[in-house]
Amino acid sequence: MLEAAQRTHSESVPDASGHFGTFGGRFVSETLMPALEELDRAWKHYLKDADFLAELDRDLAHFVGRPSPLYFAENLTRQMGGARIVFKREDLNHTGAHKINNTVGQGLLARAMGKKRVIAETGAGQHGVASATVAARLGMECVVYMGAEDVRRQAVNVFRMKLLGAEVVSVEAGSRTLKDALNEAMRDWVTNVDDTFYILGTVAGPHPYPAMVRDFNAIVGREARAQSLAEYGRLPDALVACVGGGSNAIGLFHPFIDDEQVAMYGVEAAGRGLAGLEHAASLCAGRVGVLHGSRTYLLDDDAGQIRHTHSVSAGLDYPGVGPEHAWLKDIGRARYVGIDDEQAMKAFHALTRSEGIMPALETAHAVAYGMQLAAQRRSDEIVLINLSGRGDKDINTVAEIEGIQF
Amino acid sequence: MNRIDQRFRQLARRGRTALVPYITAGHPHPEVTVDVLHGAVEAGADLVELGMPFSDVMADGPVIQNACAQALQHGTDLDRVLEMVRRFRERDADTPLILMGYTNPIERRGVERFAAESAEAGVDALLVVDCPADEAEDLKAALQQRGLHQIFLVAPTTTDHRLQRMAGLAGGFVYYVSIKGVTGSSSLDLSSLAPAVKRVRAVTELPVAVGFGIREPEQAAAVARVADAVVIGSALVDRLDRCANVEEAVAVTREYLGRVRGAMDAATETGPAAVEA
Repeated sequence: MLEAAQRTHSESVPDASGHFGTFGGRFVSETLMPALEELDRAWKHYLKDADFLAELDRDLAHFVGRPSPLYFAENLTRQMGGARIVFKREDLNHTGAHKINNTVGQGLLARAMGKKRVIAETGAGQHGVASATVAARLGMECVVYMGAEDVRRQAVNVFRMKLLGAEVVSVEAGSRTLKDALNEAMRDWVTNVDDTFYILGTVAGPHPYPAMVRDFNAIVGREARAQSLAEYGRLPDALVACVGGGSNAIGLFHPFIDDEQVAMYGVEAAGRGLAGLEHAASLCAGRVGVLHGSRTYLLDDDAGQIRHTHSVSAGLDYPGVGPEHAWLKDIGRARYVGIDDEQAMKAFHALTRSEGIMPALETAHAVAYGMQLAAQRRSDEIVLINLSGRGDKDINTVAEIEGIQF
Repeated sequence: MNRIDQRFRQLARRGRTALVPYITAGHPHPEVTVDVLHGAVEAGADLVELGMPFSDVMADGPVIQNACAQALQHGTDLDRVLEMVRRFRERDADTPLILMGYTNPIERRGVERFAAESAEAGVDALLVVDCPADEAEDLKAALQQRGLHQIFLVAPTTTDHRLQRMAGLAGGFVYYVSIKGVTGSSSLDLSSLAPAVKRVRAVTELPVAVGFGIREPEQAAAVARVADAVVIGSALVDRLDRCANVEEAVAVTREYLGRVRGAMDAATETGPAAVEA
């Protein structure tokens, strides 16, 4: 087990009031402020509590199945003819994505804080499934808010959540996607703040969520770092991860921030192209504002109204992004790029056929960029792509796009 | 002097509890808003609150969420909201007007520019729902420079420590959120209200307004006994939602607020103080 100090850099960023440079903070109604302060205290306390950490480590090992392997994609590497492509296999985790790292942590925290009911928002449904899974195991009531459009797109995950005993609330407001689900979860929390723990699924939202969700996901980067050193005797040259809210990317990036020789690429959903409005690339094409409790890059119109976004992948279809990414962009430590729907679909097929690994459509964005990057790099370099989730949930979407009927 | 301070001074002399209706600008239609504000004042409103529509009203319930969506469909941006304020001021120079909204549209316009334009239009205070005291520094400075107050919310969950800090920043009045929940929820707990208001009064001399979850005239009457101001929002917005034209909207506003006003006046005249006298 790692010492508390090694587990997190959260003592330095964000600051005590949750700011990453000028980003982050807590832009919520007063009713929630005390709950956020309580959560902040609990999280800081339990991250240094040996019993809590031991239980977390046990769950991550035996329930989630960690550590996840670092896999050398030999066929794909050969096809691209450049750098060695390796995958951090978060798709092999229980429930099929990195999301479970965070929900196991927050679930244990909820129990430690004496909360009996958990709520969550979900886009692709992966976080909803991971929350419902943990709630089932801990014997807690679970309500998941999901945009009506995503309920349609991700019917399989909706059914999974229901099988796990969660109530899934379809949100009809606004663009009927992830941002509206998050609004609705916040409304629930403000109403039931005494007995309810809000398991936020990404590194967005008011402090302490961006830092806390990062810390629970940073196991991805810590393992990848150690595995790369053990396997190849050195660190990777570049990290690549998809960014919606940004939790899998920050989980991978964070433990490498001080390794300046390691380049970091966050891949946003360019949808039908960054030139138009049908994308979800807030870092590539947005500007600084305030959304969902935090100052960050976002997509809005000239009147400051939040825009509807588009991506083929529900999990990236979000008009904001975690404030730590905004900070990494502004200090130039990470670069953010866009991959459009078509490129993502091609990468989905390429990986499926070359390696026998079917990635989530979110993850396919990272794969697409990672393949381009590897092609430009020397064969002695290593490009490490976070394979954040598996694609089983997306087969209906893929079939629909390609006009296939079952 | 800011109109809000002036108004509460007058009210205190008359022993009257303020009625503060909230409507969303541009709902159900932009043509309705200014006339409804005047109608509200004629029916006995002492201050008015005008909501600036936003796409993601995290702290509001379905009624105001829907009102914002409609107002945005009609193109109610900040330009139009400020134009409504100017038109309201053409016929009403005295009634304090508070703009209520969310951070992003204000920052997109520029905090200083917005403060200047608001003051010029005749706004007296700003309540930014998702801007707690912790994040309010820049906005507070810009507003202060233009003689505008920043209204802060106090919730049942607010700790003493936070209450103290807010008291130092707040101006105009303190807005006590009477329930844990979003606007328009209907679970106002009257028994806990008196001690809660007392707790606020212990840290500030400012008047205390109570809102969120007040729907019926009888509830308003009960709140009027302990608070300096009663805020009515969703219950009015809900009624306006069913109005087809300006005449109907004004009539509905006058009828409903008239009943609320009547109940409040009756309660404060026959309240504990009057009985003892």
